[in-house]
Amino acid sequence: MVDKPKITISSSPFLHDQATTPKIMWELGYTLVPILLAAVYYFGLSALLVSAASIAGCLVTEYYLGKKGPLGNPLWDGSAVVTGLLLALTLPPGFPLWMAFVGGVVAIGMGKVIWGGLGQNVFNPALVGRAFLQAAFPTAITTWEPPDGRYWGLRGTNLAPPFYQGEPVDALSTATPLSEMKFSQEPTALSDLLLGNISGSLGETCGLLLLIACIYLIARRIVNWRIPVGILATVAAFSAILYLISPDRYPSPGFMLLAGGLLLGAVYMATDPVSSPLAPKGIWIYSVGIGFLVVLIRVWGGLPEGVMYAILLMNAATPLINRFVRPRVYGY
Amino acid sequence: MTATAQNGLKDKLLTFRHGVHPEEFKELSNHQPIERMPFVEDYTLPLLQHIGAPSKPLVRKGQRVKRGDMIAEPGSFVSVALHAPVDGTVTDVGLYGHPNGQMLPAIRIKADPFSTQQLDQPALRQPEELSKAEFIEAIQQAGIVGLGGAAFPAHVKFNISEDKPCRYLMLNGCECEPFLTCDHRVMVEYAEELIDGACILQRFIQAEKVYIAIEANKPDAVVALREAATKAGFPVEVVPLKVKYPQGAEKMMISAILGEEVPAGKLPIDVGVLVSNVGTIVAMSQYFRQSQPLIERVITVTGTAVRRPANVLVPLGTPMRDLVEFCGGVTGEATRILLGGPMMGIVQKSLDTPVVKGTSGILVLTEREVQDIDTFSCIRCGRCLEACPLFLNPARLGLLARKGLWDDMEDYNALDCFECGSCSYVCPSGIPLVQSIKVGKAMIRERKSK
Repeated sequence: MVDKPKITISSSPFLHDQATTPKIMWELGYTLVPILLAAVYYFGLSALLVSAASIAGCLVTEYYLGKKGPLGNPLWDGSAVVTGLLLALTLPPGFPLWMAFVGGVVAIGMGKVIWGGLGQNVFNPALVGRAFLQAAFPTAITTWEPPDGRYWGLRGTNLAPPFYQGEPVDALSTATPLSEMKFSQEPTALSDLLLGNISGSLGETCGLLLLIACIYLIARRIVNWRIPVGILATVAAFSAILYLISPDRYPSPGFMLLAGGLLLGAVYMATDPVSSPLAPKGIWIYSVGIGFLVVLIRVWGGLPEGVMYAILLMNAATPLINRFVRPRVYGY
Repeated sequence: MTATAQNGLKDKLLTFRHGVHPEEFKELSNHQPIERMPFVEDYTLPLLQHIGAPSKPLVRKGQRVKRGDMIAEPGSFVSVALHAPVDGTVTDVGLYGHPNGQMLPAIRIKADPFSTQQLDQPALRQPEELSKAEFIEAIQQAGIVGLGGAAFPAHVKFNISEDKPCRYLMLNGCECEPFLTCDHRVMVEYAEELIDGACILQRFIQAEKVYIAIEANKPDAVVALREAATKAGFPVEVVPLKVKYPQGAEKMMISAILGEEVPAGKLPIDVGVLVSNVGTIVAMSQYFRQSQPLIERVITVTGTAVRRPANVLVPLGTPMRDLVEFCGGVTGEATRILLGGPMMGIVQKSLDTPVVKGTSGILVLTEREVQDIDTFSCIRCGRCLEACPLFLNPARLGLLARKGLWDDMEDYNALDCFECGSCSYVCPSGIPLVQSIKVGKAMIRERKSK
């Protein structure tokens, strides 16, 4: 040897796949951009502000409380941005910004950091933030603004000062398709659900975009296909049975699939790898369980929407599923 | 009729479930014909070049030996003989550096500079005249071990007991490790010897059928072997398999071809299959037909840090440094020297050890291929579970290993792991999964032996 190379001693394998955790996180984040843009299209500047507030809450918390990862700064693995954006997509467009910020703080602080940081949490952080907001601010989080083509005008109580108990601004509030269905048995046209011309949370309006994102994420193996497929198939099957029994009392399966946060939850929340089971058999139990609970809560529960609680409940069951549902090892 | 056609999957290549697709890097050397390594001055022949007991030396310092002479005899049944790779003089029997990192007893031979190094050994009794017991002994005397890398004595494997009949003989030409091309070149250039060897072995094990499994990235080997088999009139089914790592692991190959699993803790012969590397079979044919015991083997010297990647027929005991020099030496970018492929190869601290029977490749890599990625927490993405060909849970095993929970690791079937490295390859968080499982396996075994 003419040159004197620096030889390193380590153990095989020496090749590595291209995918890394930060790359996966950022790619997941990029797929949320079109969905955010759709929200801006329907709800104007408010959508952008609510998202910014929620992401800011997540970033600040992660920066000050999060563990320094191998990249030095805990923000650079991208997971806090994704959590903030996902949380925002579950919020109504007229949501007070300070509440969105607090939601972000809770999502990262109580949904992730106290568990030990990236990869350690039992529950999906974005949904922890959302559950907190639902418990703390039940009125604000169920005050829905309809899409009305205004881009610059702020909606509802976006700029409400913290802890200010003002008169409820009820003039603009409308019912979501799910609450219309639940409380007055009036279904919304499926085409409106698919294209997003409805009131609802930022990210749950445009079903078509979510379906496209879902296909992309499955093709890129960022999302385990069994989760959205399991959830949606269960919801479809269960609600089809109910619909066949009594089409007047129960919503149609198509409505069930497209209304509310089901697609957003099935594509982005339930598929969080950290809080979903590892092995295929366990994943089927998990996703069928979510689908079943969603219909159960929507049809018989006190709330019009049940996706969040369905996912959180199955998140809680995940460690148990991982423990008891093991793949069959080769040769046994 | 091919196996693929029989299975009704005409266009779909057979394979196993799970596995990974690393970049192949075979084009560096897969068109390089096998070259003969020139003879060098000194040869170091460790007495342990196989799994089992070390060979017992038969020569003394100062003794003259001829190429192909036996210089050490088998130390027990699970052991093989060792032969002089060159005409020369024994200069020492002592401790020398072994590729496994230890100092181990070895015979040192100085090559005779005036010799033509022509093999001059008496003709042997042909396998057609031998009984089964004589055949097994002959293979042991020939020093033949599995040339795929594990170096298990071939005669032990070929010594099939009466109560476990062999249904299928499978010759393994998958060569699924990236970079390595020695088996590929052997199949193309020694197709006749390979078919002859298969024929010899078939006579003694009486398998119903002989398969040669080759990954589909070696179409020229498939053609060469089909032609050679037709010419010899020996019925062999050459099965192209899907290019996927670790297709060449014997369990995975059996699953791909037969759709059967080898039960945990059992050997392929328990399901009636004998698997052998193609190079081993060629060595056997050369022993009987040319009286040449195992004194040389084909080695791929490759990697982006090797100036002239090549497939080289190398006498055993040749210092690796001379072999790498023969291939143009390494560039200044070299960061890892490996024996074997990049997925399971063993890292070397220097080139000052000799080529042994189990050396299939010398691979010198640069930083470009060896991506040491940052280690993040496990995000439980499940990619390792989908990579593991044995359906283990590497994420869980890695966690248990880091916590030192060896009993739990055993419960999660750590001992079944054959360390293919697919889990570490896919882990997006850069967690050293297979590396921790290796540690766990060693700990479990150590505790058991107490």
